[in-house]
Amino acid sequence: MSLISNISWRSLALWKRNRDVFLTTWKTNFLPPFLEPILYLVAMGLGFGALIQADIVYGGESVEYIKFLAPGLVAISIMYGAFFECTYSSFVRMYYQKTFDAILATPLSLEDIITGEILWGATKSFVNATIVLGVIAVLGYAELPGLLLIPLIAFVGGLMFASLAMLFTALVPNMDSFNYPFFLFITPMFLFSGTFFPLSVLPEWGQQLAMTLPLTHISNMTRDLSYNMLTTEVAIGAAYIIVLTAVCFLGSVYLMKKRLVK
Amino acid sequence: MQIDSGPFMPAVRAEKLTKVFDELRAVDAIDFQIEEGECFGFLGPNGAGKSTTMRMMHCASPITSGKLEVLGMDVNDRSRDVKAVIGVAPQENNLDPDFTVRRNLTVYGRYFGLPKDVLEERADRLLEFMQLSEKRDERIQEISGGMKRRLIIARAMMNDPRLLILDEPTTGLDPQARHLIWEKVRELKRKKVTVILTTHYMDEAERLCDRLVIMDHGKIILEGKPRDLIDSVIGTDVMEIDVPTDEMEAYVKGQGWQYERTIDRLLIFTKEGQKTAAEIKERFAMSYYLIRNATLEDVFLRSTGRALVE
Repeated sequence: MSLISNISWRSLALWKRNRDVFLTTWKTNFLPPFLEPILYLVAMGLGFGALIQADIVYGGESVEYIKFLAPGLVAISIMYGAFFECTYSSFVRMYYQKTFDAILATPLSLEDIITGEILWGATKSFVNATIVLGVIAVLGYAELPGLLLIPLIAFVGGLMFASLAMLFTALVPNMDSFNYPFFLFITPMFLFSGTFFPLSVLPEWGQQLAMTLPLTHISNMTRDLSYNMLTTEVAIGAAYIIVLTAVCFLGSVYLMKKRLVK
Repeated sequence: MQIDSGPFMPAVRAEKLTKVFDELRAVDAIDFQIEEGECFGFLGPNGAGKSTTMRMMHCASPITSGKLEVLGMDVNDRSRDVKAVIGVAPQENNLDPDFTVRRNLTVYGRYFGLPKDVLEERADRLLEFMQLSEKRDERIQEISGGMKRRLIIARAMMNDPRLLILDEPTTGLDPQARHLIWEKVRELKRKKVTVILTTHYMDEAERLCDRLVIMDHGKIILEGKPRDLIDSVIGTDVMEIDVPTDEMEAYVKGQGWQYERTIDRLLIFTKEGQKTAAEIKERFAMSYYLIRNATLEDVFLRSTGRALVE
């Protein structure tokens, strides 16, 4: 399959380009992922959590609400990190800045470019999630040694969300169209993937529906690892991520070729 | 990397090269050959197929049919190798706005897998060459249009290319900037770099190109050295008559001279401008006339027509 054989180590040159841009404005880049979880923990955990009298039962153990919420915030940062990067930011580079066109005149193939973009999107998830993880670990809401695996989940989950995002980027006619995947897909996931409340409170059909969503698996994995619970969910989640990533990655490269090579 | 470089290997060879977009035959079975070390021009009105031909040469656009070899390599199966040894200055300004002037060069060079010390050394040398050293730390948004064009050419040279494609390098520039770019192109020619150029400025093509083709509707309609094309299509002189009369046109036609009647002018193409002028002056009272040297622009307009291409 030429889609795969056209991918090379040169995609790292594209990754380095994005990294260099990121590092030139590092101060503004590192602040939001550091402040945002603190805001959520204060508002949702302390404020809203104070209204919740009973502990939440998760995986047979009971946890206070703020501790339940914290790993969900890591999962959310994994989703947004890659999805924002490979929708809005990639679209700007592709459509407005013509960065892809310029790079296509060098030995990089379009497949290299898309691969580099997706690797970079995953890196953004990794960076953001690791910062959020640091915050919640310091506050005692994630435990060693399980939390050490979470950055890896962040990168792999980042690859999945980046590939998904690239699929939309290959298809949308303009930037405003990103409102659809965000409104119809990302926001519902943000709310209904076991991030803010345990899925067990949902009716059976709701729980089953939630299991089809990528963020549910990421959220379950970050929570299990934060609590040092090695459940079968980690294995199910890993399988889900690998399959969805492979499908979306190949699909996005194919659609990007269709869009850009004329 | 293996490059077949016999002594007579052309820089570019196209046979029946064709590009079809949906219904449109943008490039229609053209043949041409560009020798190494020459400056070769592609002229033609908008939509003639010049840029598409350029894009096929630098492997941005796959060919529909025919054959296209760049530096002995087939663009279909060796696009990475082709792109590694050619430089492309596209028509569209696609410098990287996220970086400074100098960083644009080093980051671009990195796509070719060049080591850091080579990137640094070449970036400085090319900034010097294009007279941009003072602007090295400026952001792209802060430099003028002429500087952007020069930077795009400098960027195209980061991989020390054997063949350089310049797609409308001077469009929209002031005369100073154009002359500077011309100087640099001549300097590259002296260094035996093959230069392929498209332009809408006929004086530019006349000055820079050793040989050129004029394209229209996807086909090559004329090919040759600028001077030879002028001589064979137009002659040496053009007599321009302001507000001509029908009798005048009939007379010129009767003499069997080459001419063209535009909305407000009569152009007579000749090798003996003074003699022609004397003859016409003797017969008709003329309010205004002009005898000038024939140019490539005359060739262009005569071969592609005066109708606007929208």
